[in-house]
Amino acid sequence: MNTEFLVIGGGPAGLSAGLKAAKYGVKVLIVDDGISLGGQLIKQTHKFFGSINQFASIRGIEIADKLIEQGKQNQNIRMMERTTVVGYYDDGSFIATRDDKSYVINAQRVLVATGAAERVVPFRNNDLPGVYGAGAVQTLMNLYGVLPGENVLMIGAGNIGLIVSYQLLQAGSKMVGVAEATSRCGGYWVHAAKLKRIGIPIWTNTTIVEALGDNKVRGARLAKVDKNFSPISGSEFEVACDTICLAVGLNPLVDLLWQAGCEMAYIPELGGDIPLRNEDMETTRRGFYVAGDAAAIEEATSAMLEGELVGLAVANSLGYKVPDYNKQRGRIISQLKELRGAEISQHIRKGIEKLKQTKNYA
Amino acid sequence: MRIKNHPILDFKHGRRVKFYFEGEEYYGFEEEPIAAALHDNGVMVYRESLKLKRPRGFFCAVGHCASCFMIVDGKPNVRVCVTPLKEGMRIERGKSRNPLRKE
Repeated sequence: MNTEFLVIGGGPAGLSAGLKAAKYGVKVLIVDDGISLGGQLIKQTHKFFGSINQFASIRGIEIADKLIEQGKQNQNIRMMERTTVVGYYDDGSFIATRDDKSYVINAQRVLVATGAAERVVPFRNNDLPGVYGAGAVQTLMNLYGVLPGENVLMIGAGNIGLIVSYQLLQAGSKMVGVAEATSRCGGYWVHAAKLKRIGIPIWTNTTIVEALGDNKVRGARLAKVDKNFSPISGSEFEVACDTICLAVGLNPLVDLLWQAGCEMAYIPELGGDIPLRNEDMETTRRGFYVAGDAAAIEEATSAMLEGELVGLAVANSLGYKVPDYNKQRGRIISQLKELRGAEISQHIRKGIEKLKQTKNYA
Repeated sequence: MRIKNHPILDFKHGRRVKFYFEGEEYYGFEEEPIAAALHDNGVMVYRESLKLKRPRGFFCAVGHCASCFMIVDGKPNVRVCVTPLKEGMRIERGKSRNPLRKE
């Protein structure tokens, strides 16, 4: 298969990039390994906030529907779901698999918008059935209407931990509590307040040390931690639960970028190993772009803006006429800057500063 | 267990279809992931781990973690979290080392 612009990952970043590029005539192929496109948006039932973007106060699921619909109606875009890009080859081609077939894909420009994978914390029995990633819990309950469990313990009080706890309550589960290893909730206060009002305990300076049960979770042992996050002996306590939900952060999915030889840097503030890139999100390898969580663990709004930026750069660099290119580009860059200006985005600003100071920053 | 009343979401399910898990009859909705149908039926253990044969179940739901490899219609190592359910499917727990399929 040949295309001008291959987008790997059909989440908020990939869809936005594809739509933007296609608008100016670029032929786009979007592939995604999920059952449907939309990435994490399709399970986000909460409303987005912020004032600067067009999606404020719309739920993630509605944004996904809108973007996918626009993609379907655009003749320049071809979308393939349940398709996994499994490798990049020296001759510049990609191999993708769908069902039992494989495809060779050649493209002039590539966007890696593969998102992120959930992190796991080490504790005894953390592989026991009933220990789930927070994204998996969202998929089960918000997409397929299956209750993940009746009594749920949440590990992690960042935005995802808090939001998913509230979503579990909406779905009909009971929240046993939220354990957070640091001394404070990392997420937006508004999400924590919703839980506090209902009386859900949020245990700070607390971690999980063991999942209890034989073939499935029946409880958990928690412990207070010291400054170095080591459990304090004698502080252990047990809770009964049938589900342990892990919301302990995400790692960018950058395997294809490593494979393509893009230069990487380890920047914990942005989620770990991430590719170096310029302001247009082009990596050190010409024609290879990155956007969304694969570039840095942020949120859907920044992913969409980065995607648009890439779409614009791709259309322009392929020689398609983009009226107001500089103006549009400048507007998106300033929107991103404004979005990251909030106190909660301090680590992102710090990470981007670090990125700019790396040796080979383009 | 299915969610009965949700304040925000309205679930659009496919046709209710019969499938088999370890030879027993179960029901789920067509085109939903096999993992969702199994979970709804209270099936928690999807496979045994490679070396220690520990029970493994649903975990990541996006086809990345290898915790839900099962045998579907005789085909081993199927990621049931991203494989749609079809009528009459025969699903078995994944073994620590699955037999290779004969072509």
